[in-house]
Amino acid sequence: MNALLEAQSVGHSYAGGQLGCEDVSFRLYPGEVLGVVGESGSGKSTLLGCLSGMIEPSQGSVRFDAGGQGLRDVFSLSEPERRLLMRTDWGIVRQNPRDGLRMNVSAGGNVGERLMAVGARNYTEIRGEALDWLTRVEIPSGRIDDLPRTFSGGMQQRVQIARILVSKPRLVFMDEPTGGLDVSVQARLLDLLRGLVRDLGVAAVVVTHDLAVVRLLSDRLMVMRQGRVVESGLTDQVLDDPQHPYSQLLVSSVLQA
Amino acid sequence: MNSRAFHSVDGTYNFAYLDEQTKRMIRRTLLKAIAVPGYQVPFGGREMPMAYGWGTGGIQITASIIGRDDTLKVIDQGADDTTNAVSIRRFFRRVAGVQTTEETSKATLIQTRHRIPEKQLTEKQILVYQVPQPEPLWKLEPREVETRKLHAYSEYGLMHVKLYEDISRHGEIITTYDYPVEVNARHIMSPSPIPKFDNPKMAMMPALQLFGAGREKRIYAIPPYTRVRSLDFDDHPFKPQRFDKPCALCGAEEVFLDEVILDDKGDHMFVCSDSDHCRERRAAGHTGSRASDAADMGFVPTEGLN
Ligand SMILES: Nc1ncnc2c1ncn2[C@@H]1O[C@H](COP(=O)(O)OP(=O)(O)OP(=O)(O)O)[C@@H](O)[C@H]1O
Ligand SMILES: [Mg+2]
Repeated sequence: MNALLEAQSVGHSYAGGQLGCEDVSFRLYPGEVLGVVGESGSGKSTLLGCLSGMIEPSQGSVRFDAGGQGLRDVFSLSEPERRLLMRTDWGIVRQNPRDGLRMNVSAGGNVGERLMAVGARNYTEIRGEALDWLTRVEIPSGRIDDLPRTFSGGMQQRVQIARILVSKPRLVFMDEPTGGLDVSVQARLLDLLRGLVRDLGVAAVVVTHDLAVVRLLSDRLMVMRQGRVVESGLTDQVLDDPQHPYSQLLVSSVLQA
Repeated sequence: MNSRAFHSVDGTYNFAYLDEQTKRMIRRTLLKAIAVPGYQVPFGGREMPMAYGWGTGGIQITASIIGRDDTLKVIDQGADDTTNAVSIRRFFRRVAGVQTTEETSKATLIQTRHRIPEKQLTEKQILVYQVPQPEPLWKLEPREVETRKLHAYSEYGLMHVKLYEDISRHGEIITTYDYPVEVNARHIMSPSPIPKFDNPKMAMMPALQLFGAGREKRIYAIPPYTRVRSLDFDDHPFKPQRFDKPCALCGAEEVFLDEVILDDKGDHMFVCSDSDHCRERRAAGHTGSRASDAADMGFVPTEGLN
């Protein structure tokens, strides 16, 4: 099978010399979910930014296979090509749903936007799809015309997920998708995400400091510390039998918590 | 049209108020705007001796293209006799010494706010619109850098989100003014706050259409005979407003009507919003159901009053 996304020695330093991440390499295959864990400031969001075309890395390359054309450097695409990718093949779930939703547009309009962005012009069909997707993320159909601000945090996050999955992306980036939610709400959202990711066969990179999230969602895991990957492998292996002292510490501190 | 140096009627200003350098700058902007129909071209707008609400964008365009042989008509909400229209007409009579008219067919240059004349315009005429907000996406995407990209890359899904919201809330597209259009199958454009009734007139219009936004300092244009399409959905096609009664004064059908309240008991009637069109029809002998009231109520021909 051909890789969908490939990172080669990706590194990024911020203006002023602050290290974001360094020398990160991996391959992600279609339908695979990669978890990225590590303490605060370890470079997870920086890496996700580089992978998703938001931050141009200062070193290395990120390549993506847009529809069987072979791997192409994401940052050598023209801006319109990259933007097209972002609203079709890719989806980015923001930690704060306010950053991923249009707060002044109804739930249905939020979900329908990506369809309209690629040329859907039949209102009934757009609304039908929006309704279908809202149902799949367990938003009651009667709320389709309500504004996101009338929704709870967990519901907003689910609308955000529907808004992305409606365009049937092949790759989804998530930064702390359950951050800021109550524990019980987190569990339900995770369950839902797992079901959707499996059903759709979508590949994903999930960044979190919550090991429970990756335990449930990811096939493979990378542990980051101070901008570098210190250990990677199958999720269960890394969590059950960590090799690197830092991974051991990370796992044990969770078990103690 | 010519732009020879001119000493204005009272000797204080350059011809048509603006200095020649500013006019040349605006005319260059206009040429760019005409070359890329519907694209908003920024320009170094000048302060005009009136507030932005008065249509300084349109006035700057008019001042830059008017020649001494032009005949100017100014429309405000369809009428020639509102304060705004009268002042702008007076301004150009004073600073350019040009002829003014209320008759659409006699005008070579028409500056308008809120309407397109009912009478079909010709290749010999130019229509200048006053635009309060040139960016059709501004309510949906407040970041200007981003809206520029949306135009540049034709990422126009957002515009349909607005129409989607209308239909989902109200069962139909309730936008009735400033209804967005696609120009020359490329740029999405605000037609300025004209009623959507007038949108179809913009398409394939023989006259050149120029749009000026004073506050936002943007100019855009529709060259003669350009495709202009009002946005819609396949299953909710664009529908211009329709009126079920003809004009009460001149009997015209298929025109845009304004409601006029006649007394405090609720008596009212619908009359042509295009006052010149109505006057011309009545002069030609057409009558509506309340035509006999017209003179009593001040609906008399006004040509030549100011
Ligand atoms: N915009 C920025 N400018 C300068 N330095 C930054 C910027 N963003 C992040 N950094 C630095 O880069 C390093 C990695 O930060 P990053 O946000 O990627 O970590 P993280 O693993 O996502 O942390 P968290 O779990 O708290 O979200 C940190 O030292 C951080 O201070
Ligand atoms: Mg982070």
